[in-house]
Amino acid sequence: MKAFGYARAADPADAVARFRPGTMYLGGGTNLVDLMRLGVAEPEALVDVSRLPLSGIEPEGDGLRVGAAVRNSDLATHPLVRERYPMLARAVLAGASGQVRNMATVAGNLLQRTRCPYFQDVSKPCNKRRPGSGCPAIAGDHANLAVLGHSPACVATHPSDLAVALVALEARVHVTGPGGTRVVPMPGLHRLPGDEPQRDTVLEPGELVTAVTLPAPPPGASLYRKVRERASFAFALVSIAAVLDVAPGGTVAGCRIALGGVAHVPWRAERAERVLRGAPAGEEAFLRAAEAELEGAEPLPRNAYKVPLARNLIVRTLLELTP
Amino acid sequence: MEITLEVNGVPHTVVVDPRISLLDLLRERLELTGSKKGCDHGQCGACTVLIDGRRALSCLALAVAQEGSEITTVEGLAGDGQLHPLQAAFLEHDALQCGYCTPGQLCSAVGMLAERGPSAVTEELTGEPELTAAEIRERMSGNLCRCGAYPNIVTAIAAVAR
Repeated sequence: MKAFGYARAADPADAVARFRPGTMYLGGGTNLVDLMRLGVAEPEALVDVSRLPLSGIEPEGDGLRVGAAVRNSDLATHPLVRERYPMLARAVLAGASGQVRNMATVAGNLLQRTRCPYFQDVSKPCNKRRPGSGCPAIAGDHANLAVLGHSPACVATHPSDLAVALVALEARVHVTGPGGTRVVPMPGLHRLPGDEPQRDTVLEPGELVTAVTLPAPPPGASLYRKVRERASFAFALVSIAAVLDVAPGGTVAGCRIALGGVAHVPWRAERAERVLRGAPAGEEAFLRAAEAELEGAEPLPRNAYKVPLARNLIVRTLLELTP
Repeated sequence: MEITLEVNGVPHTVVVDPRISLLDLLRERLELTGSKKGCDHGQCGACTVLIDGRRALSCLALAVAQEGSEITTVEGLAGDGQLHPLQAAFLEHDALQCGYCTPGQLCSAVGMLAERGPSAVTEELTGEPELTAAEIRERMSGNLCRCGAYPNIVTAIAAVAR
């Protein structure tokens, strides 16, 4: 591991003041420390923000405010989250292991990097790690990579479960940085790779996530479902966060669908949502909605399985949510 | 950098390179070799210790970030010449073969039994689930055992959970 400086920030303003080019913020370290050991991340300095007083979960208006340094396990087991945002608790519990969830923070979860095998292997080219060096995944091992929204430069997926639920819940990410504070909506924090795959998010250098706020839970029933290669401690092949509100007459009054494991971002399925609104809740409409969303899919030879998998997952989850 | 932390109830003040993991500090500097280095990437759980009472991966924890932390390793589980009930249960139920993963399994199980709330396999999110074999398996999924001693590990943990 390359040598680096270390400082513990006293408060968010102190953290931002300590930021220099080459500095990285350290949360739980479950991804960053590993990337440093792999040589993928080579910060000149770490500013430790894991103990900042940003670990509260409080009601705010009709919603909830979650501090950026809240541990994943504390988020998943908080009574208000379990009662009012069960899909969020389910998404967090579906990720990683008990030990990792105890260490990992909310902000770190959102800002974790892709697990694309080429990104994590410094002996290989990778446009995300070394812009312009190429993407061997397109002709190589892309079995778990993107089918939606990818570019000739990068076919990586975002690995977070939490982020998928937050997109469906339309969370807002509160940020402070050298230019002041701002609020970034979800979806909108993560960006598609385009020709700048080195940028996972819209955050600017030095910006620090301080909190995530959730609006009131959307009406309807919700579910988080995750398909993976083993029953626990594995990243999603495809996952879904879905909210479905069916009117008394049987038509869809409202819905939110977000997909994980299929794109460089937690993917909001807006096309599917448009098909569903006002349609009669049932298998026929659910299938039409899923197919409308996946019309835009451009699978690679070894990940084409994700398209029918996503389609079936959307249909099955919506059927489960139908009263 | 100089840090002070407590390991198994004993305070230590050490000067550490920021690059050193908590695991390497424990094993190489404090000569507590119970915690094991398996993958060194947070995937196997062999390095599991308790940090301020919560199970965590010492390979992914930087030592320099542990100022003021209270660490418990497998060496700190037994007290007054008495094995921790989980250690006794692992012996009783033959919950190991080669033993390399065992310190991590033990620390993880101690931490897990102190945790509250649902897991990914819990049906009802709002209650306190009973620790069935399925719950124990899910909650212990961060600890791999290449010998495949899982059935007896689950039995040993279940015996203490009751």
